[in-house]
Amino acid sequence: MNGAHDLGGMHGFGPVEIERDEPVFHHEWERRAFAITLASGFLGKWNIDQGRFAREQMPPAEYLATSYYEHWLFGLQKQLNDLGLVSHAEVAARQQDPAAPAAPVTGGRVLAARDVEKALRTSRTSKADEDVAPRYKVGDRVVTRNIHPLGHTRLPRYARGKRGIVTLDHGVWVFPDTAGNGLGRKPQHCYAVRFEARELWGEASTSRDAVYVDLWDDHLEPA
Amino acid sequence: MSHDHEHGHHHHHHDDDDVQEHREHGAPLTEVELRVRALESLLVDKGLVDPAALDQLIDTYETKVGPRNGARIVARAWVDPAFKRRLLEDGTAAVAEHGFVGRQSEKLVVVENTPSVHNMVVCTLCSCYPWAVLGLPPVWYKSAPYRSRAVIDPRGVLSELGVSVPAHTEVRVWDSTAEIRYMVLPERPAGTERMSEEQLAELVTRDAMIGVARVRA
Repeated sequence: MNGAHDLGGMHGFGPVEIERDEPVFHHEWERRAFAITLASGFLGKWNIDQGRFAREQMPPAEYLATSYYEHWLFGLQKQLNDLGLVSHAEVAARQQDPAAPAAPVTGGRVLAARDVEKALRTSRTSKADEDVAPRYKVGDRVVTRNIHPLGHTRLPRYARGKRGIVTLDHGVWVFPDTAGNGLGRKPQHCYAVRFEARELWGEASTSRDAVYVDLWDDHLEPA
Repeated sequence: MSHDHEHGHHHHHHDDDDVQEHREHGAPLTEVELRVRALESLLVDKGLVDPAALDQLIDTYETKVGPRNGARIVARAWVDPAFKRRLLEDGTAAVAEHGFVGRQSEKLVVVENTPSVHNMVVCTLCSCYPWAVLGLPPVWYKSAPYRSRAVIDPRGVLSELGVSVPAHTEVRVWDSTAEIRYMVLPERPAGTERMSEEQLAELVTRDAMIGVARVRA
């Protein structure tokens, strides 16, 4: 979807400000939001692409006015609510009253403390084992599709309808543009595609610079 | 607890000083604090998360996994040409030799900065970042200014951050739109020929491994 998350190439957000000696978390609630998001992901009720798509559906004005872990929280609440695990009404009630009831649910596989280390070490989200033939080889000239789906896509707006060159073949991966929309894994090759800065941004750009975007077979056409 | 400083334009709920003051006077928590607390308690009551697992997840990324991992990799590559070759050929396997594997690093590609090529890494769509070697991303990496500008004006961003890239050097920006994660192998600074691998690792910063800083001797 053409949401506020798709930021590449926008103007007006001001300078990049690097905080010196930045802590990993700035607030206790960020620690909790981070941990419940990760732990809930291990329930196996949604894939990583559906998780991203949930965050992308935050209304644009709200997305741009909130911090990163608030985006995570929005996505987590949306998934839990939509899947009938924790409703928005339950959360609202608990905010008012810590003793407000929790409707029972039939759980998935719950991440136990003793399994955390192994789960983090071995977790695989998107690499596919299927043997799928690549449609392109390194050095091929391609043009990206000009698509504007309402659902999830990993083809950023700034790189649509642009000519590039396949630079690395990353092997076979789950396709987010289907997996993120609940339409299956559709495993296929993913490549680093090189776009010259001038192809993306016009003649005023520096002629020798380039942007590499990781894209899948279904994003590309032969050029 | 860590100092309460929220970045950039995200002063959405309260001024952080206000939050601090409210806490000191026992005043109510902010809306987002209440919401997280309510959600966590519901997840625990429903048996969907194990509270001890939450603590362990936080501890892992707050104290165990961080940019020191990546710095060790960089220092090794600087002193060991065979390791550097393996690292650039197959980053995933090379960092696995050091035990750095796992979440947000299913496949790692390491790109080398040289006098002719300067690489930098961004995720314009979200915040993809090589957790296994750099830990969790800093706020600026996840924020709109960097995500919007890195691809359209990388030289401007670098210049503001004090990195001047000569006109004859090619800038390559890697937008992490898949599950492949990128790390920059920065240039080894001059005058470090006599340093040990451990001393070299001390010089390597997180920002240099994202490609928005140089390593200084």
